[in-house]
Amino acid sequence: MHSFSEIFTPEFVSVILLPALIAGVAVSLCASLLGVSLVLKRCSMIGDGLSHVGYGTLCIAVALGWAPMQFTIPIVIIAAYILLRLSENSSLGGDTAIALFSTSALALGILVSSKANLTTDVSHYMFGSILAMTRSDVIFSVILSICVIAVYILFYDKIFAVTFDENFAKATGLNVRFYNLLIAVLTAVTVVLGMMLMGALLISSLMIFPAVTAMRLCKRFRSVIVAAFLISIGCFLIGLFLSLCMDTAVGASVIIVNLAVFIIANLVSGFKKSK
Amino acid sequence: MAYITCKDITLRYDALVVQEKLSFEVNKGDYLCIVGENGSGKSTLMKCLLGLKQVDSGTLSYGDGLKKNEIGYLPQQSQIQRSFPASVREVVLSGCLNHRIIHPFYSKAEKQRAAEQMECLNITALADRSYRELSGGQQQRVLLARALCATQKLLILDEPLTGLDPLVATELYSILQHIHDAHGITIIMVTHDVECAVRHAKSILHIGKKESFFGSSEAYENSALGRRFLGESLEAEACSNCAHEHEPAEKEEN
Repeated sequence: MHSFSEIFTPEFVSVILLPALIAGVAVSLCASLLGVSLVLKRCSMIGDGLSHVGYGTLCIAVALGWAPMQFTIPIVIIAAYILLRLSENSSLGGDTAIALFSTSALALGILVSSKANLTTDVSHYMFGSILAMTRSDVIFSVILSICVIAVYILFYDKIFAVTFDENFAKATGLNVRFYNLLIAVLTAVTVVLGMMLMGALLISSLMIFPAVTAMRLCKRFRSVIVAAFLISIGCFLIGLFLSLCMDTAVGASVIIVNLAVFIIANLVSGFKKSK
Repeated sequence: MAYITCKDITLRYDALVVQEKLSFEVNKGDYLCIVGENGSGKSTLMKCLLGLKQVDSGTLSYGDGLKKNEIGYLPQQSQIQRSFPASVREVVLSGCLNHRIIHPFYSKAEKQRAAEQMECLNITALADRSYRELSGGQQQRVLLARALCATQKLLILDEPLTGLDPLVATELYSILQHIHDAHGITIIMVTHDVECAVRHAKSILHIGKKESFFGSSEAYENSALGRRFLGESLEAEACSNCAHEHEPAEKEEN
């Protein structure tokens, strides 16, 4: 373990840590918001599926020398739309269709990158490398995160209605397909941003953990959202700090902190019930 | 003109035709129960009435000033909803969404409307409780309040009594009767419970695999189809919800 002053030199803080912190907090916020909807709609798998597609696309982008994020986001948005349609009306069943589609996209990406001998270049998207984000990456992530949060707040009531009871919403004349698509698009953007931070393998748990923990502790939709928000930021900050002190991978550390908080929340709610 | 007019409609379940040449209409102030065996197309018909599905042939039209976003709907509850973290107020308010186009947040009038419906269904005290902690009967009232937020004209209910114990079912029937009589709301209910349907509804639509019936409850009771179906259901559900129907509904307020 390093001492505090050893790690947190002024240059490190201003050049590397601060941008990473800002981007991390912004993306964690997006992830926690959308996570609540995904978990409640029972489609957590879509987040996971999208991260596979995202990773495959990144590999191709890097192999062809294109800007990774700007290329990946539109592709993953299209994939989100396809996954949603597949899970709605596939004869295979939603989960299976998502798994087939997303692993195929992943395989294609790996194929291209192995042919182009890029495996080392793209591997940091697998586990994330928040401290290696460039200034423009950070600005890009923060702007997109703000857009995601703004859209979510603007459509909050409708997202609630579609999440709680799709059939009622549809029957009373709400455009359910549009709002499902909106959720999918926001998820797609968040997944790609999160891949820079947490890596393709871990981003879906950044979405799911805060939501599930908040659902253990809170009883109202709004308080679940707010709690997921706070848990997500708290776990991110603690995880980042621990990873710097103990020299561990940032993404994995954040997830382990999330797991610990989830276990504590379970114990607390279990204790409350037994009382 | 009637609220809903169905003329010669065909109902299809996947590729299977379950009903052909079905015609009926629902007028303002009606209380219609749709009954029939399993697989006769009740749910499919309901989806068509709600506009969730297109009819295959024939015409289904709305009239008498009824617009598509003026239909309230009480769906069967899914497993997901039973464990959903939402307060009663949040659920009821979400019924107001269909009248809103641009506003991103609930207006004062909408909050007022939700409050009135909660008052009407006697759930104001539960407003801040979590939906998932309520009993089946209370949850049903919450969903009913939400449906009433969505409509002042027509309410469509999909087997609202499934999973409720007899006392709660009786209570729900009297709430529906009150909504129908006092607020003048037209009711269409799909139900398995023919006994209660005949007792409460003004008219009955029986859709069967071989024969169908549409007319008043009295006419249905005297028809061959009605007698047969009522007899069967009496034997099959000797201890069903309606066995308690004769008891005075004194526990209505719990």
